[in-house]
Amino acid sequence: MAVPTAERTLDLSARFPGFVVPDNRPGYSGWLVDRGHLLEVAAGIRDELGYDYLSSVTGVDYLPEGRMEVVYQVYQTTGGPGLVFKVQLERKDPIEVPSLVSIYPGAELQEREVWDLLGIRFSGHPDLRRILMWEGFAGHPLRKDWHEAYFEEEAKPFKSRWPGGKIVHAENQNPFNDNVAYPLDFDPEKWVPEGEAALYGALAKFQLQDGTGLSTDHVVVNLGPQHPSTHGVFRVAVTLEGETIVSLKPVIGYLHRNHEKIAERNTYIMNMPYTDRLDYLSSMSNNFGYALAVEKLMGIQPPERADYLRVMMAEMTRVSNHLMAIGAFLNDLGAYFTPMLYALEERELILDIFEAVAGSRMMCNYFRFGGVARDLPEGTPEKIRDLFYERLPRRIEEIDRFLTENEIIRARGIGQGVLTAEDAIRYSAAGPLLRASGIPYDVRRAEPYSIYDRFEFEVAVRSNGDIYDRLIIRLDEIRQSIRIVQQAIKQMPAGPVQALKPVYQVRVPPGESYGRVEGPKGELGFYLVSNGKPNPWRYHVRAPSFINLTAFSPMCLGQKIADVVAILGSIDIVLGETDR
Amino acid sequence: MYGKGILKGLSVSAKRFFETYLDDLRWLGRKRYGSPEGIAHRASKNGRGIFTVQYPEEKVPVPEEFRFVPFLVYDEGPAGEKNFRCTACGICAKVCPPQCIWMTRASDPATGRPIPDASEFFIDADICMNCGLCAEFCPFDAIKMDHDYELATHGRNVFDKWKLAKPAGYYENIRPINAARENAARAAKEAARVAREA
Repeated sequence: MAVPTAERTLDLSARFPGFVVPDNRPGYSGWLVDRGHLLEVAAGIRDELGYDYLSSVTGVDYLPEGRMEVVYQVYQTTGGPGLVFKVQLERKDPIEVPSLVSIYPGAELQEREVWDLLGIRFSGHPDLRRILMWEGFAGHPLRKDWHEAYFEEEAKPFKSRWPGGKIVHAENQNPFNDNVAYPLDFDPEKWVPEGEAALYGALAKFQLQDGTGLSTDHVVVNLGPQHPSTHGVFRVAVTLEGETIVSLKPVIGYLHRNHEKIAERNTYIMNMPYTDRLDYLSSMSNNFGYALAVEKLMGIQPPERADYLRVMMAEMTRVSNHLMAIGAFLNDLGAYFTPMLYALEERELILDIFEAVAGSRMMCNYFRFGGVARDLPEGTPEKIRDLFYERLPRRIEEIDRFLTENEIIRARGIGQGVLTAEDAIRYSAAGPLLRASGIPYDVRRAEPYSIYDRFEFEVAVRSNGDIYDRLIIRLDEIRQSIRIVQQAIKQMPAGPVQALKPVYQVRVPPGESYGRVEGPKGELGFYLVSNGKPNPWRYHVRAPSFINLTAFSPMCLGQKIADVVAILGSIDIVLGETDR
Repeated sequence: MYGKGILKGLSVSAKRFFETYLDDLRWLGRKRYGSPEGIAHRASKNGRGIFTVQYPEEKVPVPEEFRFVPFLVYDEGPAGEKNFRCTACGICAKVCPPQCIWMTRASDPATGRPIPDASEFFIDADICMNCGLCAEFCPFDAIKMDHDYELATHGRNVFDKWKLAKPAGYYENIRPINAARENAARAAKEAARVAREA
């Protein structure tokens, strides 16, 4: 079943009588807030109740009920369970709700996403443009009545596959240039592309007159989308004064595939391999978050041994992800590929273990609801022991040695791209980004899931919030993860690894759930709404790479253009997750 | 001293450079490249210096659980006929996340009633995401994940039933532990059925 009623001890409806009521639908929790009083209630939740961290904003389209809902998940950075509040809206355009950016600036990109995909307008948002789709895109693709051009069926499995299956080549379904739906009144003769006026209009402009009669104009520079150090198809539009950044907007969506719509067509188990492809460098963590969210709905617990395996795999993923992050970051700084390949060597050995256990190096697809897919094969525990007791600790010290004292790295990193502790919370930064700014917030400690309460480890924290700290904190986290893996392999009991009989379609009772884990890049959350059918009604990913970008622009302002690449590298984004 | 950190970093690189040749010396008389021991040593906890494997001259052996595009298992009959284990139950097509499996259930030519066999079976290998769910949920051990990952072609990889067919012996060869466990389970089931009918 959904979240227990513990949070009901906090009575919001008594504090805000008349416009906050408990959400009493079966399987649901949290509070329903009246749209007109949302800002007031949110300010109260943040300032009086101390829920200072906005984790996730998303929308749900309840088409049969004729409603739209905006769901907010907030947490306290001191730890503890979260608070959910929702605004219900009539599903009749224009659908409008006050923007929370003034209270929680971390809502900025997320509200843009909700507007883009669900068509809910946020009044008072400073820059409400589409974010994943392009300006001029017709419709809002996550609405339940929106269909793609070659729509086959509402939900998988598609009926044409069995028992009278006829092979259809995907390319014949989608010939080039034809996978586009046009509005009824579309006239290609009169069509003018929207271009990027909206984007450039959103950048700050200035003009200087310095009294000599010469005027200085702003320069707009685009980094990417094809740029070797943006870690994928990521684009940054900046306005410069000389070399100093005056205004900056990240442009994303080049890798957008509407993961959430695909997931809402899939059955629950089918989504597991798709989550691998979100943050493809840490697929085990993605599996973990999704499995937790579904298990919360189903009300099941994995057996002991499966829990240990899960934690072990998640921590190994963290090590491999941070190695990659450090390596790629040094690449961005110009230490061309040598340190990167040193880091990749160790990552390679972790991937070898994943391959032996899960069958694939990166697309692990290892977790199942109520356990994991299979037990460790013969020889693997020894391999893990060799790696995590002998080789890795040695190699991490080596990376530390050539890294932390290097004068170039220190010069590029210390004091650059600072994110203060207050800003980190305000902008909903997560993971190493938040902890490097001095906030010791780690979901593994703040709200322990699975069996993390059994392990001894320290939450890595640094205080300066600059590029250098964000780099060093990853080394600290690797050391803690090695500790956890060592404890897990020592304590791991024997037993089954699967609580349920393996079935290809699980029954999920109606309700909602929010499962979150501390992924390597930050808090990774899955918000699910089930209506009892084999497919989730709503599936939303709180992607840390995406939400961490909210803090990207404030970190860059006043820095030089060359630092953009270093700051971006220190956030550590993966575009598969950012663009979803 | 300014520059000390850089020198320290360079010393790490230098160490690795020399260790490659030191390791070559230690392996004098044994094959360090192109041999299974050599590949295993380079990736072991004692591996030093060079780490890379020279694909395609050298190949890292794949573990048993490694999964690539699935194949259909058949048992060879006494006259060499191919008895597919597949019964066209459709579970693999229903669980396939990208929906790349199509099959047609065969029917008895005399009566026209469906029989437990697939007359056609297609997998679009270009769409297959190698997740392994079909093999995991097949109740008849009829569809299994392959180890052959060198599938690059100039055209489309849409595999039909005959291209997908591989003998049970091949399966036992690539996944000995899994195959032994499944064979034992199937034998036990068969024995129970015989006992029940007797």
